[in-house]
Order: sequence, then structure tokens, then C-alpha cells
Amino acid sequence: MLAVIGCRDLDDLFTSIPPDCRFDGAIPVPPALTEWQLGDLMRDIAETMTVRPDDCVLVGAGRYHHHIPEIVRSLAGRSEFLTSYTPYQPEMAQGTLQGIFEYQTLTARLLGLDVANASLYDGASALAEGLLMGLRIVKHSRRVAVSTGIHPHYREVVRSYLRPTGYEIIELPCGPDGRTDLSPLQGVDGLAAVVLQSPNFFGVVEDLPGAADPVHDTGALLVAAFTEPLAFGLYRNPGQGGADIACGEGQSLGLPVSFGGAALGMFACRGEFVRSMPGRLVGETVDREGRRGFVLTLSTREQHIRREKATSNICSNQGLCALTTTIYMAALGGSGLRELARQNYDRSEYLKAGLVGAGADLVFSGPTFNEFVLRFGGDFAPVRKRLQERGIVAGIEIGTWYPPLAGCYLFCVTEKATKKDLDTVINEVRA
Amino acid sequence: MKELSELDFPETVRYTEDHEWAADNGEIVRIGVSDYAQDQLGDIVYVEMPEIGDIFEKGDEFGTLESVKAVSEIYMPVGGEVVAVNEALIDTPELINQDPYGAWIVEIRATDVGEYDELMSAEDYIEMLRG
Amino acid sequence: MNGIVGASGLILNEPLLWEKGGKGRRGMSMVAAEVPEAPIDPELCGEGPDFPDLSEIDVVRHYTRLSQWNFGVDSGMYPLGSCTMKYNPKLNDRLAATPEIACVHPMLDDACSQGVLRIMFELQEFLAAITGLDAVSLQPAAGAQGELAGMLIFAAWFQSRGERRTRILIPDTAHGTNPASATLCGFTPVPLKSGADGRLAVETVAAAMDGETAGIMLTNPNTLGIFESNIRAIADVVHAGGGLVYGDGANMNAIMGIADARKCGIDVMHLNLHKTFSTPHGGGGPGAGPVCVVRALERFLPGPRAVQDDGGYRLAAGGPESIGRLHAFHGNFSVLVRAWAYIRSMGPVDLRQASRLAVLNANYVKSRLQGTLHLPYDQPSLHECVFSDLLQHGDGVTTLDIAKRLIDYGYHPPTIYFPLVVPGAIMIEPTETECRDDLDQFVAALKAVVQEGRDNPELLRQAPVRTKIRRLDETRAARHPCLRG
Repeated sequence: MLAVIGCRDLDDLFTSIPPDCRFDGAIPVPPALTEWQLGDLMRDIAETMTVRPDDCVLVGAGRYHHHIPEIVRSLAGRSEFLTSYTPYQPEMAQGTLQGIFEYQTLTARLLGLDVANASLYDGASALAEGLLMGLRIVKHSRRVAVSTGIHPHYREVVRSYLRPTGYEIIELPCGPDGRTDLSPLQGVDGLAAVVLQSPNFFGVVEDLPGAADPVHDTGALLVAAFTEPLAFGLYRNPGQGGADIACGEGQSLGLPVSFGGAALGMFACRGEFVRSMPGRLVGETVDREGRRGFVLTLSTREQHIRREKATSNICSNQGLCALTTTIYMAALGGSGLRELARQNYDRSEYLKAGLVGAGADLVFSGPTFNEFVLRFGGDFAPVRKRLQERGIVAGIEIGTWYPPLAGCYLFCVTEKATKKDLDTVINEVRA
Repeated sequence: MKELSELDFPETVRYTEDHEWAADNGEIVRIGVSDYAQDQLGDIVYVEMPEIGDIFEKGDEFGTLESVKAVSEIYMPVGGEVVAVNEALIDTPELINQDPYGAWIVEIRATDVGEYDELMSAEDYIEMLRG
Repeated sequence: MNGIVGASGLILNEPLLWEKGGKGRRGMSMVAAEVPEAPIDPELCGEGPDFPDLSEIDVVRHYTRLSQWNFGVDSGMYPLGSCTMKYNPKLNDRLAATPEIACVHPMLDDACSQGVLRIMFELQEFLAAITGLDAVSLQPAAGAQGELAGMLIFAAWFQSRGERRTRILIPDTAHGTNPASATLCGFTPVPLKSGADGRLAVETVAAAMDGETAGIMLTNPNTLGIFESNIRAIADVVHAGGGLVYGDGANMNAIMGIADARKCGIDVMHLNLHKTFSTPHGGGGPGAGPVCVVRALERFLPGPRAVQDDGGYRLAAGGPESIGRLHAFHGNFSVLVRAWAYIRSMGPVDLRQASRLAVLNANYVKSRLQGTLHLPYDQPSLHECVFSDLLQHGDGVTTLDIAKRLIDYGYHPPTIYFPLVVPGAIMIEPTETECRDDLDQFVAALKAVVQEGRDNPELLRQAPVRTKIRRLDETRAARHPCLRG
């Protein structure tokens, strides 16, 4: 090969790299491991993890333990989906393109809005993008209002994205029912968007319809964030609540918890705003023979064409994650989603009632889905430690993010928690 | 894309370096893009237009034309206030490809009639394209 | 193999999900109800979404058929320039799915998560080692988000010095994400023209650099596949003017163990783990775009990051000057695990060899295609080469036509119409995981297509004909968007 190129050795190919840019010596990383050695290493690493795969983890807070059927893994793992890239050549990427079109459709239906994009990185960056979109749409706007009931990490990401813009972020507190208090919006002008998370970080379902009119009266858009989309199998969806933009995390729908990633930013909006929407879009069309096909479209919003005037800078999205959640939604079906949501709710209510009966106080009175916050009479930490030794992680303490709620615990109950596990927790608390 | 000889450049309108045309109808000036512009852009899929009442100076960007793979800004040949936008372009942007001089984009009330006279004649515009 | 790669086969049609199924079908196991139904306020309830109900085999056949309409690296050569479509080792997928790793919740105490924190910490160290820079954040979920992090770090740096600079210099060969990321961060991108040799000249940068300029965003090697040999001098000019240098690491595959980013004068760079570090592209993500910085900028990195101390591993929150979180948790963690596994599988020798072979393969293809396609910049190039369709104009054949006909021959086309400085650009990046035989077959196919362009150009304009569908009406898709069913 070198002969064809006209070089004597491989080093001749690098003459364009000046000596003062050269790497010195070998790269300081460990020597190569064989497949078998690496497997052993991973086994050793796995053994240091104290929470085992079949433990009962009663923690949500933005990442949810649900059963994932085997077909989701095997179908999403097909290498034609896994090892392809952005469908720039649609004729040879109809699998990806139809897959994403189906994802956009199911997402739009789930969230009750007209159009959904092909995904953003995660719920937090999706929220940041949603607010930037609101600031683009609402003329002469310079501030957004953000409920403190929104996941603390999401609010941090919003601050990171908005810092360079100089736009103001107004924080809205939550009341004793755990729902957002909109009264700080009185008399505020230049508002682009007001965002509530529902169900929120405390697990409480916000009164979106009740918020829609006051928010729209200020001239702002209503943005609905979420971390647990399964809730929309039971409760009203963001569109029904009057939201203009819905943005949140899709991990619950078939992605493993996996230390927080890979994630899936679901994003949908009302049809009139589609040209302001960030992210890729797949559209339906026909080929030269009139057959239905799918193609990336409305690309002029995006960075590769619009460059500095793009709606965002996003290029790669979370393609395989979007496909994975669609497979899950397809396997679950509409009937299944409603039943699964109901099971989450019922089990969560069962634990809530059991623990309240055992002496705990429910901190917020508002309706919840599969998460709730409790305050215990005595010190819950030793109880929690005992439960952890029995393979049950009983909630997380939320004082780090909400100092007035120090000593309060956020619990999550999904269909993975058995009645036996829940009774164990209740009995341990009672003791 | 077509050769220059295959394109139309009527003498009844005046032209800008950025390929807009302007037609002086007395009080109102009509603005569109030239046959060369629509040919270069290809199939136009969307026209972003200003709002009635918006005021621009000569040379300001007042909208964009989108094809599948590109976006082109459009600039005011003369300054003034927008009094009409061509609503037909919302649903049928391809009118600009089909009839670039009939499918006007905006009508404005010009602030300075002199600016219109500064624009290029058809002959000058063709000369510029050839160069 | 004799003959060409592309063939025809039995491709099955498959409707949209909601065009099949039947109410009440179920495609997954449902837990049995174990607790009584709890009362609920009907005012709050919705009807649930209008989703189809499908059986397990409905779903399996649907996605099996869809997958067969796709072409991936596992199907055949995918020389998409600047995307580094190298082979994705299957072991890495299995390791990322290790149950103890896949189930771990990110909000638990560090003591529970020593294994995953160790993986994060080691990957941070590895990427610092490979780039020559000092500190790394794994949070950015994609290259573009890594660029945003870089721009935010620039802004934070200047703010810490009481300065506010508004301009970022960006060469005309840059990827579109570069100006978009700069703008997201409130900077004004200032385009710089590259020279006739495809490189950025020091004088061009010196002329543009001023007290308003925060710095420069460079890709090295650039999108022409050419090493920006003036990079140190450019970095010196920018630094002397009080600015910073951002490196877009998309083309890292050319220089692992060969060039040192820090020595080039780079202060901040991102890497694309789904490019250089073999994590699968997934049809458009998830990827990962970790950001690496020199020590002086470490305090601005997004947090938390993994650190190691006597007790083991823990998460250290971002300091007071950190640009803050960019992701709800730790980025695309399952992608990070794959990159960690890749680096552990390759080791120092094979990582460097991967770059050397990537450059060998690209130069081999470039040499064999000279004369067939026009080479706009006759310069030494590294892991990718850029041609144009200039020689085919006489036949009335365009880059698009060549690309579409190459599909019939069984290849994913190279990147086309990018970088913008080359009209009709054809950017070929074979990567190191193609062998000589496969490269020869690719070259033969491309030559055959060019010859067809001379003899019978209609074949190219009608292409592709062997795929499930023919060329699509993108105008219609944009004029009358139908974005959902």
C-alpha cells in the first residue's frame, strides 16, 4: 500500500505534523487487555457495586426502575440500527427514518401536542432548549419563570444554558400541597415562558389547566416538563393541560437506569411553533415511484445549514434511545400503558398509606403518581440502613436540594416493587 | 440551473446586487426576487415574511427564502414600512419559482423615493451577473 | 469476492405501527396486580395515549423488517468523512449492559457506586492522557454539547478576569456546529478564510485577533483532512492577544499518540466518543462529547466529576466557578462505559496504530482515486481526503448522482457537499478497520460509477435503484410537512 502512495514507511505520512506538535513517547494508558481479561475486570468492578440488580430500589428522582422486556434489548441491539448513523442517505436508512417517524408520532400522542422532534439529549437540556425556544417566539421577552418543584439538576442545567444570554430566571415556590405558587408572576412583564414539572420532583401532579390561563394572560407560553412520562397513561397529558411546549425525560419507557445515561430528551410543541423547534425532524413523503418513504426535513432550522442562526447547535441526538423507547411503547401498547400506569399508582398509594399508617407524615397534600415525600417521626436513617442490608433501598433524603425538607425522604414505587417488598418496608418502619 | 440567456429580466423593474427586484407603483413599492435568485435557490419550500407595520431601512434583512438545502436572506432594496405581504406564499411558496416577477413578497410605502432610482436597471443587473 | 458488493434481495414491506395490531393485544408481560386499586380524582385523569396494541411477534417482525432496510458499519464500508465510522466492538455493548452497571441509580451515595465511579475516573484520566490535556468532564452528551461547554468555559474565563469579549474566530472549513455553539453562548462567529493550501495562515489570524476576540475554534486535522501545521503559531497569536484556543476533536482518529493537543496550543477541546472511540452511532446517537482542558481552566469544568482519594472514588461537585451542569446526571453513561472498554482493549500501542492505519488507508484510497476525481487541495492529508465533482461536470454528472449510484454498488456514500469551501465536495474517511481488499473493492466501485457517468449518466441520475425506495421528494416533505401519523 505504501508503494502505491509513494512512501517508504508509515512515518512519511505524517510529515505535515511539525516536531513541536508531536506526542512524546507512548500514550500513558494501561496495556491492552484481551476480551477475556476485560470481562474479568468488569466482573471485579461489578462486584464492588453494593446495590444488586434484583434489589428493590424505591428511588425515582429523575431515573426510574421499570421492567424492560427482552425484545426491547434484542431489537434495539440489531446492528443495522446500532451501527448506522444519521440518515443522510434516506434510501438506505428507511429503518431509522420510519422508526423515528413512529417515535415522533407516539411521543406527540403521549404528550398531547401536535408535533414532536426526533429527540434531544435528555430531559434537562430539553427543558433548557424549550425555554430558549420560548424566548425566541415571544417578542420582546427577557425572562422565564421556573418552578422550584422542577428537578434540581434540571434547574441547574437551565441556569447553565441561560447564563450567557443574560435572560432572567424567576423562581416560583411550591405550597403545602406541593404545587407551584404562581402569585410571584403578578405584574411581571417580558415573560417568555413559565415552566412547571408534572409530576414534579416531589411526585405531585401540578394543576396545569389551572395555570394555563393565568400564564397565557401574561403573554407567556406554558411549558410542561416531566421526568416520568408513564404518568400520562393515567393522568391528563401536557397538551390537555394547556401546555404549548412539553419537554422531559423518556428513560422510563424502556431505557435502563444505568447511572443516569444514556438518556432521552422528549420534546413536543404546538404546530404553529414547529419552525422554531430545535432538533431533527423526520417527515413523510413519496419516492420517484410514488411509494411512501421518510426523510429528514425542515433542516434549514439546523446547524449544518443555518450555522450561527440555527435554532440550536444539536447534531447527533439520541437516535437509538428514541428507537428503543418506541419499541417499548409498541410492546406495551395503549392498553398496556394504561394498566402499567395504574399499577404504579396503586402500589405507590399502598406504600404511602402503609407508611403513613405506621407513623410517617405525608409532607405534601397534592395528588401524586408513583413518587411521594414523607417525614418520619424519629430518625429514619438507621431504618433505611437496615432495609438496605435486606436488599431494599428505601427512598432518598432530599435536604441537600431543599434545606427546609431536611430529614424528608422521596420514595418511588413502580411495578417492580412487590407487595412483599412494600410490606417489609412498612413493617420495618412500624417496628 | 439555467444559463443566463434562459432567464428573464424584465425592464419594468429595477434590481439589487442581492437579486431582489423592486417595482415602483407610485406610492407603493412592490418587492420580489429575480429569476436568477429563484433558479439558484431551487425549489422554494418556505418564505419567512415580516409583519405589516414593520419598518426597515434600505439594506435591512426583511425575510428569508428557504429551499430544501439552503436559506437565503432577502434585503430591502429601499427603506420603508410594510403595508402588505403576499399571503399566497404561505401555502404556495413555489409561486416564486413559477412566476418570480408576479409573485411579489412584500409591498412597502417607501420613505425615500430617491433610493429607488439608485437601483440597477435590467441591463446593469445582467451585466453584473455576467461579470 | 468477484463482482460488486451491491446486489438485490427480498426486502419486505412493513406498515407503520398504528396501521397494524388489534385492540387488547399485548407485546410484553404485565405484572399481576398485587395491591387493591387506590381511589383517584377523575378530574385529573386522562384517557391515556392513542397507541396501537401489538403482540410480541407483531413488534418483533416490525423492527426486524425495519432493520433490514438499514445499512450500518456491520453491513459494509461506510466512508462517511468526519464521522469515523469504524467497527464497533460487540464486547463493549455487553460490558455496558453488565447488570450491576445497568441498574445503578445515579442519586445514591458514592459508597454504593464505586465501580461506576471508577470507570468514570479512569476514562477521565485516559482522555486526558490521549489528548495531552489536564482535566476532563464526561458530561456533554454529544460533540455539539462539548463545544457548548467549551464556549461556556471561554465566557467564564473572561468573566473571571473582569473581561467581556464578544468574537470567536472560526475558519471557513468548520463544521456547522462550531458557529452554532458559539452563538448559543452569546459570541459572534467571525469567519476566516483558509489559504490556497487548505490551511489557516497565521497572518489571517493575526489580522483578525483583537481585544474583542475571545479566541479561535479550530479542527485539527481540519475538515479537508489536512493538518493545520500553523497551529502553534496561530495559538501563540491568539494567546498573545489574551484569547483562548478551542480544538474541535472530531478528527482525533488521525492523531492518537502522534500529535499532542496541548503542544499544539489547544486550551479546551472536545472528543467524540462515537467517532474516535468506537461507540456505536445508533442511527443518530447517543454519542458523547467529553470536554478536556488545560489545568488553568479546570475550575470552570461542568460538575460533578469523579475523583479518587484514600477512601476510594467519589463525585466532586463543580466549584463556584464551574459553568454548571449540562446534563441531568453524568452524560450518556452507557456510552462512556463502551469508550472505557475500547481504550482498555486497545492499549497504548494499538491506539496509536489505529491512527497510523486510518491515515494509511485514507492515503491509499486518495492515491488510487487520483485522476478519477478532482483533488481540490493537493496537500498531504491524514485520515480523510476530499475530492470534488469538477471532472464530471462535462458529463453533466454531480456529486449527488455519484453518491446515489454508489449505493447500488453496496456502499454508504462518503460525506457530500461538506466542507463548504469545496463545491461538490466528496469527503472519504475509510477508517482503520477496513482491510486493503475492501478498500480496493471500494475504489473499483467508485471508478466504475465515474465510468458509468461518462458512458450512461442516466444510470446515475436514476440511482439508487436497488434500495427499498428510490430518491425521495424532499421538496414536498419541506413544503407540506407531515411530521407524524
